[in-house]
Amino acid sequence: MMPPGSLLSRRRVLTIAPLAGAAAVGVGFWAMLAGMGRGSFDPHDIHAPALNRQVPPFALPDQAPGHGFSSADLGAATAPLLVNFFASWCIPCVIEAPLLISLKGRLPVWGIAYKDRPDDAAGFVTRTGSPYARLAADRPGLTAIDWGVSGVPESFLIRPGGTIAWHTAGPLTQEIIDRQVLPLAAELRR
Amino acid sequence: MRRLLLALLPAVLLATILVGPALAVSDPAEMLKNPRQEARAEAIGSQLRCLVCQNESIEDSGADLARDLRHVVRVHVAAGDSNRQIMDWMVVRYGDFIRLRPRLTWVTLLLWASAPLALVAGLVAAWLGMRRRALPPAPLEAAERIRIAELLR
Repeated sequence: MMPPGSLLSRRRVLTIAPLAGAAAVGVGFWAMLAGMGRGSFDPHDIHAPALNRQVPPFALPDQAPGHGFSSADLGAATAPLLVNFFASWCIPCVIEAPLLISLKGRLPVWGIAYKDRPDDAAGFVTRTGSPYARLAADRPGLTAIDWGVSGVPESFLIRPGGTIAWHTAGPLTQEIIDRQVLPLAAELRR
Repeated sequence: MRRLLLALLPAVLLATILVGPALAVSDPAEMLKNPRQEARAEAIGSQLRCLVCQNESIEDSGADLARDLRHVVRVHVAAGDSNRQIMDWMVVRYGDFIRLRPRLTWVTLLLWASAPLALVAGLVAAWLGMRRRALPPAPLEAAERIRIAELLR
């Protein structure tokens, strides 16, 4: 027969097990929500494959008032830079524009006008003031597909040598710039 | 104003029904001339998630990006790529998320197995509980027997 001590401890185990299970689930949810707050976990981020890849081969034409660029130009870059897909018809891009301009002195920004009429894209850049050191046009939107872009705006931080170091699908915010983009760019410059 | 809106409602509904499904791939200019290739392209497209609407295939979606992706699929089909090559091309760019039917990996396997596993765990717990109830009470120990005899005296 079972000694009373072991019966008690088994009952205790059976009482604690569901509580421990619930606590584990709770900790998991807490970690997920905390990660969402910090930006380290994003359930909408569907673009993990872009990271640490060489940029896809492309050569895009000029978009006034800048001159276009190719994957070779990104490969030849000696400092980190931000590639930003945008369009004049995209509302979040309008909101994002002042942030990109404030970034201008600290990190070069190269722009790709996605599926936009050249005049509209030029007008957009003239209205907001251009943050773009170089500006290319992707009218058919096929280069964007090669990059894994699913909508504008999207930004990629490119390492010297042309690999993708960081990516976000959606507009940049001051917080993303301060906490993620600039620290990573500083690290890449070292 | 309200009456006008109510009067227009059937017309709007009818228009939605008529226009809705016509948005996607019915444009003949988009289709491949070879019907077998076109059928293959449609089969592949119906397995690819539209990244804008997220719960529709690119064949069903009216989004701009879906149309571009349909075009890319058709270019690859016309170039003679296999279904697998085209799927892989998409996954390299957009990740597994673009597959409407998830790939069988350890993680998805665990997800599928979670319901049967929960059932088994429940059955084990119930069986343990019932077995415990069925145990006969432990016989009294010498000290307890003496204590009871004292109380009954």
